[in-house]
Amino acid sequence: MSRPVLDVRDLKKIYGEGEATVHALRGVSLTVERGDYVAIMGSSGSGKSTLMNILGALDVPSSGAYLLDGVDVSRLADRQLALARNRLIGFIFQAFNLIPRTSAVANVELPLAYAGVKPRERRRRAMAALDLVGLADRARHEPNQLSGGQQQRVAVARALVTEPALLLADEPTGNLDTRSTEDVLTVFDELNAAGRTIVLITHEPEVGDRTKRLIRLVDGRIVHDARQAPVTV
Amino acid sequence: MTFYEIVRFALRGLSANKLRSALTMLGILIGVAAVILLVAVGNGSAKAISDRIEALGTNTITVMSTGRGGSTSTAITKEMADALADPVLAPDVRSVSPVVSAAATVTYEGTDHDVNSFVGTTPGWFTASNTPVGRGAAFTADDEAQGRRVVVIGSTVAEELFPGVDPIDQQVTVGGALFTVVGVLDEKSSTGFQDANDTAIAPLTAVRQVLTGYGSLTSILVEAAAPDQVDAVQSQVSAILNQKMSVADGSTTTPYRIQNASQLLETQTETADTFTTLLGAVAAISLLVGGIGITNIMLVTVTERTREIGIRKALGAPRRTILTQFLIEATLLSVLGGALGVAAALIGSSFEIVGVKPVIVPSSVGLALGVSIAIGLFFGGLPAGRAARLRPIDALRYE
Ligand SMILES: Nc1ncnc2c1ncn2[C@@H]1O[C@H](COP(=O)(O)OP(=O)(O)OP(=O)(O)O)[C@@H](O)[C@H]1O
Ligand SMILES: [Mg+2]
Repeated sequence: MSRPVLDVRDLKKIYGEGEATVHALRGVSLTVERGDYVAIMGSSGSGKSTLMNILGALDVPSSGAYLLDGVDVSRLADRQLALARNRLIGFIFQAFNLIPRTSAVANVELPLAYAGVKPRERRRRAMAALDLVGLADRARHEPNQLSGGQQQRVAVARALVTEPALLLADEPTGNLDTRSTEDVLTVFDELNAAGRTIVLITHEPEVGDRTKRLIRLVDGRIVHDARQAPVTV
Repeated sequence: MTFYEIVRFALRGLSANKLRSALTMLGILIGVAAVILLVAVGNGSAKAISDRIEALGTNTITVMSTGRGGSTSTAITKEMADALADPVLAPDVRSVSPVVSAAATVTYEGTDHDVNSFVGTTPGWFTASNTPVGRGAAFTADDEAQGRRVVVIGSTVAEELFPGVDPIDQQVTVGGALFTVVGVLDEKSSTGFQDANDTAIAPLTAVRQVLTGYGSLTSILVEAAAPDQVDAVQSQVSAILNQKMSVADGSTTTPYRIQNASQLLETQTETADTFTTLLGAVAAISLLVGGIGITNIMLVTVTERTREIGIRKALGAPRRTILTQFLIEATLLSVLGGALGVAAALIGSSFEIVGVKPVIVPSSVGLALGVSIAIGLFFGGLPAGRAARLRPIDALRYE
């Protein structure tokens, strides 16, 4: 067995000070193997997004260790972190986080630009990714001209366009109807079948059921961790 | 990511926020244009003053009495003027023009006009004081010797008394005597408070006879043979006058005063420089206000831009790339705004502003551009630099 993609040990995250202190994570330990497909569920405020942001190297834990592909993330310099975020991880935000007044296709192109892909190739791949989420006809629209669900799908396309080995998705289907949810999940299934690792957060049981492993968070602790299907690489 | 691509990103960032870009540029434009133009106006008026003094002739000196007239011991007399025209004691003097002047009312066919300075002098005065006659001719030495009542009038007098009539050979009444107009002076530019064209020049003998009487002179205009001999002329004139008015050797006070056009030029230039500095200070304040405007616009958008930087970092942009992009944006804005400001100032300086033709001071262009670019870079770069150092999630949460 190769080393795990994600390996977190006794992760704690404390927000604020004094009276206003919030223990968002109270010691989470977790390993995720290459090719796994994990769903994280839990009530609102249980620390799912907090955990996801740390896994995406966007935030740092208050204590505990995080090894990404065997490398201690806390030891990485800015340039190496940028490289990891760009090449290794595809991140879908709960709040979409598209760049305002910038067309959908330009938003999707952005990670490719930072990866040094040539403009023509960039445009081709961005259009392909938008096509994959069914938004090829909205490529020229700016975020404020798109519905919530459409913005979410642009965010999905942006995370997929670099073909990352690790896809971290914070409620990627939260704003989607059943049909769009089905489309996005089909894309995820195919990516996972191709050997990519996926971790997603969801409130919908039917989404959780399609994954290979289900984790439940309560109050910043893992209370349930069940394998639903074997990892095949 | 290549530098060229970062520049394209910066351009896209600017065009995505057109209003903000335009307002920022406008702020810099106004600041830069104001500095350059105001300094140019100050400089222009200084130049106008020195031009006027130079037009008076820098190779002349004017001798005036320090007394208030009446007292014979301080009076300047025609005899003194004659004594100054001495090729042995004052070899560097080219001409000496005794001058009397008084306010007078000139009348032509029932129309009155009050002339500020009705001057009586000798023909040499016209060249010495750099006052050419436009139409007609100046009076001659013979006119002066015979005390003929002829007069050369300034253009204002000509316009007032002879609208649509040729003034030459017309007769005007001054102080109860008839004078024949023989010439009209060329128009002189006057930037001072007095109209330099509201004047009339007649032979000394005639004016003394009709207007001022045979007392003291108002002044003596002494012309040096060359501009660099003005100082020599001044000491020769002093020597003669000291002897004539019996001033003791080594006495510090003299009953006369010598005004030297080049000295006048120096003091006037100093005054004008102070004026320019003052205008420059006003302009600097307007640049500062423009700078605060820019800062304000940039601070308002910091929240949005910080979020954007957070997104870009999350997508894998290294700090250096982000900084470069935002610095290029700020540079483009301030350089473009500054260049437009310089252009606006250049266009504006081709017009007369409050009667002054502005003259651009090159160093003010450099200074205004430098300051505006520094402001743009600092306030554009600073928030970007801070945001680029934040963790992506902190930048995204920034409010
Ligand atoms: N920046 C912050 N400062 C202070 N407290 C925070 C901050 N971010 C999150 N929290 C707190 O940490 C806890 C966990 O938040 P988190 O966003 O991880 O919840 P979540 O499980 O993603 O919830 P949801 O399902 O509603 O998205 C919450 O109680 C929240 O109030
Ligand atoms: Mg959340």
